[in-house]
Amino acid sequence: MVMTPKNLKVFSSAMNAGTPQAVALGIETLGFEDGGVAILQVPYRAELVGDPDTGVIAGGVVTTLLDHACGQAVYAANGQPIVIATLDLRIDYMRPAEPGKAILCRAHCYKITRSVAFVRASAYDDHVDDPVATAQAAFMLNSSGGKPAHMDVVDKAEGAA
Amino acid sequence: MSDPVQAALAADTAGERLQAMLARVPYARFLGIRAELAGDEMTAILPFAPHLIGNPALPAIHGGVLGAFMELTALAQLTVAQEIGAASGERLARQPKPIDVTVEYLRSGRPVDTFARAHITRMGRRIANVRVEAWQSARAAPIAALHGHFLLTLADT
Repeated sequence: MVMTPKNLKVFSSAMNAGTPQAVALGIETLGFEDGGVAILQVPYRAELVGDPDTGVIAGGVVTTLLDHACGQAVYAANGQPIVIATLDLRIDYMRPAEPGKAILCRAHCYKITRSVAFVRASAYDDHVDDPVATAQAAFMLNSSGGKPAHMDVVDKAEGAA
Repeated sequence: MSDPVQAALAADTAGERLQAMLARVPYARFLGIRAELAGDEMTAILPFAPHLIGNPALPAIHGGVLGAFMELTALAQLTVAQEIGAASGERLARQPKPIDVTVEYLRSGRPVDTFARAHITRMGRRIANVRVEAWQSARAAPIAALHGHFLLTLADT
């Protein structure tokens, strides 16, 4: 079964809503593109600031957004959700994010094998080509076996379609 | 550190600076991070809280949270190190900025307290190289590790 970008979004939104840290940060999945691309965002909030002198959002918030977005890009490349575990995540911090602005993230899973997926991502507050941070990540697939949680939401959506 | 009185004062100040840093960073409060100092050895603590969960099925702490926790541990250790070394006359003018970090995930983060210690491999005038390990029940079985470069801004002395 290969899910449409629309159903992937239904699934991911349900997954975000069922993931306490995603809820706590306000992470939202904006959509998917063909070829293994996921686009997410996290809104600016004062309690997420890392440097109170400048009001810049903490690097750790960007870390979590990048990790989360890379995982959803794997779902997109796989054509459906899959149980994954992050092997490693390398992040380069290019510049401080502008205080007050939401941070977006475009993640691209450019290679997926039977057991491993490779993803690149860019976090930005204005344009994807002017990143706040970039990431490179590798994921282990089917790390614990079984079906990911929240699949029932998609099953219902597909049953209704 | 030849003067023992100076060294003792610096250690006291290091503890205060460390607590002040954690108290003034909103995101450190959001995660609930604490730190304990024994001499120049710091242990950062991430008490488990339900909002840290990233995988409710296992359940497991969000990988991003573990990365963020270790990054803050590195920043806190740099704050401690510069205070202990303040007798040498050089001080940080600003909080160090991460340039890049590489996070390795070794085991899933179970819903219990997590601890981390940072080792400053090298602290130059502009760049610090830091390694961090995070563990839960056993220090010898780390759940994640971080290796990063941080940009330092030294005050003009």
